[in-house]
Amino acid sequence: MTAIAPGTLPKSSPRGSAARARLLRGLLPALSLALVLIAIAWLNPRAISYFGFNLMLNLAIPIALATIAQMFVIAGNELDLSIGTFVGFVGCVTATWLRDAPLLGILVLLGSIGVYALLGALIHLRNLPSIVVTLGMSFVWQGLAILVLPKPGGKAPDWLLSIMSFKPPYIPFPILAALIIAAVVHFGLMRTSYGVILRGSGGNAAALRRAGWSLLKTKIVLFALTGLFGVLSGMALIGITTSADANIGNGYTLLSIAGVILGGGEFVGGRVSPVGAVLGALTLALAASPLLTFMHIPPDWQVAANGAILIIVLAARVLISRRER
Amino acid sequence: MTSVRTLLEKPWLWSFVGALVVWLATVAFTGGYGAGGMVTAALSLAVFTVIVGVGQMFVITLGPGNVDLSLPANIGLASAVAMKVMGGSDSMIVVGLLAALACGAAIGAINYLLIWALRIPPIIATLSASFIIQSVDISYGRGLQIKPPPGFADFTNWQVLGIPVLAMLTVIFTIGAALALQRMIYGRSVLAIGQNIRAAWLAGVHVGRIRFLTYTLCGALGGIDGALLAGYFRGANVDIGNEYLLASIAVVVIGGTSVAGGKANVPGVWGAGLFLVLLLTMLNTFGVSAGVRLVLTGLIIVGVITAAGGEKAAR
Repeated sequence: MTAIAPGTLPKSSPRGSAARARLLRGLLPALSLALVLIAIAWLNPRAISYFGFNLMLNLAIPIALATIAQMFVIAGNELDLSIGTFVGFVGCVTATWLRDAPLLGILVLLGSIGVYALLGALIHLRNLPSIVVTLGMSFVWQGLAILVLPKPGGKAPDWLLSIMSFKPPYIPFPILAALIIAAVVHFGLMRTSYGVILRGSGGNAAALRRAGWSLLKTKIVLFALTGLFGVLSGMALIGITTSADANIGNGYTLLSIAGVILGGGEFVGGRVSPVGAVLGALTLALAASPLLTFMHIPPDWQVAANGAILIIVLAARVLISRRER
Repeated sequence: MTSVRTLLEKPWLWSFVGALVVWLATVAFTGGYGAGGMVTAALSLAVFTVIVGVGQMFVITLGPGNVDLSLPANIGLASAVAMKVMGGSDSMIVVGLLAALACGAAIGAINYLLIWALRIPPIIATLSASFIIQSVDISYGRGLQIKPPPGFADFTNWQVLGIPVLAMLTVIFTIGAALALQRMIYGRSVLAIGQNIRAAWLAGVHVGRIRFLTYTLCGALGGIDGALLAGYFRGANVDIGNEYLLASIAVVVIGGTSVAGGKANVPGVWGAGLFLVLLLTMLNTFGVSAGVRLVLTGLIIVGVITAAGGEKAAR
């Protein structure tokens, strides 16, 4: 797809600086998170504690899971604009059926992952723009969420509540969970051979097809994984908030895209990074509310902080990439 | 016979057929009651979708990945700016409209600046911009309860023989947009960029300038739309533009414009706009609940795009 012009191939002499630029680029998500953490520590040293992290990263687990969900579709050069309302739908099912009729709840959640897999097949077979299909689906999920739970309420199942309020020794639970999520997805997508095929379907689909791999299957698997992590995100969210609301996940669509991009992902070419995506999600979770509160900036500007961080990190990336070539 | 066949091959025809079918179904349900009023209402609501739809259409035509996600935030901010500048007085209507136009155009220009300076995909650029605009709007429009000037509110609701004047003006505007697209250097350049940006550049098209103009134009249309919405619904609101993210993209795609770029269709935007509004009217008339209405709207959009099918892959 993207033909490499002969001029951009790394020459022997500047290889060192190009490698350094690439390393710097890979470290960018971690650097931005570190910067935000340093700013918080400087503004309010007491926040950097077991209790402080538990509080500040309260909603980081569902955001990280939603970001990972988005990362899978982006790895296949698609975009899911329905992940936010999907998380809301899963939340409504979790707070009602999963508690009252666990079997039905589990079937519905598994079925919704199946719907995601079908969407992947549909998008591939009919060659549809995923933006439009998922925008349409965002209405469907929102409508279903309202049908399941017309008024805010419901209650999370007890086992879910006890998982989400788990207090491990020394390491705050959100950080532990983020480490586990990043490690599991990193191993699956970056270290297994089928993970390479999945990323390859975004990098060079034509080459994969000629090598005999089914692009239909890769697309189905990527979308099903998005559905799976969307379900996990919705359940984690309800485990924290204890009750649900049909609009509870609406902000997650844009947050998840921003998280993937912050984490070094690109829209085309299958270039994504699970570790980066989790770091990006943590950065957004920290920068949006705790940092602003400590800086005494009114909550009106929370959304703007996300936008500003996105722009700053992308600008830094441009400066680094310029050195890369 | 051939003329019928060429007409049937026009993708935009189907959006009008869809609108007609939905309208007939609703009229059949009510037993003919309110058939005319429904058309009037559909026309006046479709106007707002068509205006932003045309802007989004030019942007999407620029090629894959080009889409303006900042429209809802843009509409919200422009509606607040327009109401504040007009300040409820008839003498300031034109100034307020110009302010909303300038506000929208500035947002469009900033969008392109981000795309150009950071070399990032337009989706991310307009997304980041929309985050910031949204905050500006929340902060600027907080507690804003200025009613539109009576003259402006009357103008946006003005009807002649059951046809909203705003709809007539928008028809004239869309004819202008169609001429610009098919007959002017600007429109031909947009199409050329969408078909092959490199070939367009080699052929001497000012790619950067045309893209800048297109994003600014789309932003300006969003701004004007915000002002008109505030007039029609009698007040500005942060969430006033929310539904226009999906709507603006949906009317473009349903109307037969290629999402891959390089192929645009102005009449289809009208057909699809009417189709969407009439669809909502029909579901409301049938008395379905909000949840069912959302599910059906979503399924119909997915169904239409599936039936229309994607482009055959170019590679």
